[in-house]
Amino acid sequence: MEANIAVNSDNKETWGGGNAKPFGASYGKMMMWFFILSDALTFSGFLAAYGLTRFKFIDSWPIADEVFTHFPGLHGVHAPMYYVALMTFILIVSSVTMVLAVDAGHQMKQKKVAWYMFATIIFGIIFVGSQAWEWKNFINGSYGAVKTTENKILQFVKADEHGKYHQIALADFVHTQRTDGREQHIPENGLWFEKEATISQYSVAQVQEAFKNDPSLLIRTEKVIPETKQKDVLNREDSLTKLAMANQVVEGANLHVNEYGNPIFADFFFFITGFHGFHVFSGIIINIIIFFNVILGTYERRGHYEMVEKVGLYWHFVDLVWVFVFTFFYLV
Amino acid sequence: MAHSHESNTKRIWIVLIYLTILTTVEVALGIVKPDWLHLHGLGTSWLNWIFIILTLVKAYFIAWAFMHLEGEKKWFRRSVVWTAVFLISYLLFIVLIEGGYLHDTLKPLVKW
Repeated sequence: MEANIAVNSDNKETWGGGNAKPFGASYGKMMMWFFILSDALTFSGFLAAYGLTRFKFIDSWPIADEVFTHFPGLHGVHAPMYYVALMTFILIVSSVTMVLAVDAGHQMKQKKVAWYMFATIIFGIIFVGSQAWEWKNFINGSYGAVKTTENKILQFVKADEHGKYHQIALADFVHTQRTDGREQHIPENGLWFEKEATISQYSVAQVQEAFKNDPSLLIRTEKVIPETKQKDVLNREDSLTKLAMANQVVEGANLHVNEYGNPIFADFFFFITGFHGFHVFSGIIINIIIFFNVILGTYERRGHYEMVEKVGLYWHFVDLVWVFVFTFFYLV
Repeated sequence: MAHSHESNTKRIWIVLIYLTILTTVEVALGIVKPDWLHLHGLGTSWLNWIFIILTLVKAYFIAWAFMHLEGEKKWFRRSVVWTAVFLISYLLFIVLIEGGYLHDTLKPLVKW
């Protein structure tokens, strides 16, 4: 009976459950966990959509090794994976400094917490900067390609002395001036109120001409040969036939077209790494706020460093998501 | 809160070493791509299976050691982990099968 009767009580905590802690966790920590759970489901939704699209285009999906090939300071060196591995490592180390800050917080060591928080913020900034650099390379592109009337991307390759094909940049075989007189439309040379998206450096005719003049060049299509898991390289005759269908020169990537292959590949890359990068960015902001609170002694006065623990959970979650993004964009 | 005042520093560094080793193995395999792992496999290549399993192991270390799930009450941990595992497995099952179906349906229509 008692349970059904509202008893006037001086103990105002009764309705709130008093000091009982469900699951032995504080309200804030539990809700951080449930937020992380829902955010994890959001990311899974994105990655699942990416998975669906990959399965849909399983026989023509771009090969990560051929897309992400840059390393700072090594120009023109084919270095797949190394840079993103370094980024992954930086994020893991920032997770370690974060958990060390939490650990120091348990021991009420204010100075140590502050230093570890500081290190976490620095590593976080390095990571976001690296991601920006990765985006820059992806957007600018390194080789260039052409798109056909069938909306397929054609890349240019050349065989080395071992008969292995390597992609070759447009700039390496197109040496003529463009003949169509096309110029980038800017306010100074046209209508000041009109804008034009960046036009390609070369015209289609120019690329076709240069290709015809160099018999060592071949065309690589988007199609993956299942036996070798390599992109299909056409023979010289087929290359010329295919190239005649080109109607656009593609340099780099945007949301409509990219030199790597299917447009949706770039769309997912921008969307998922961008969404993750935004999480890292907001994580850094929250870490900075907490860092100042640590310095100001807020948690010292409060008697515990649970706030550090809570932002720590968020920060680790960002690392956790990256582990999956890394696997599904760069490895698998 | 039995753990609150003891230091777990040693465990943290050991987990960092594990994660570093796992990442190094993944990257090395990703660069070398041995043919016998890359071109054969069940459903997908063995290499992809290795990547996915190592990723789950890494996720386990991050969640259990860094996010300290190992120190939380059993049912709190389960309320988070089981929910995620169940819903994500379900989503992947539906969506990946659908992706395969789309491919099989569209393949005859794509001209190369």
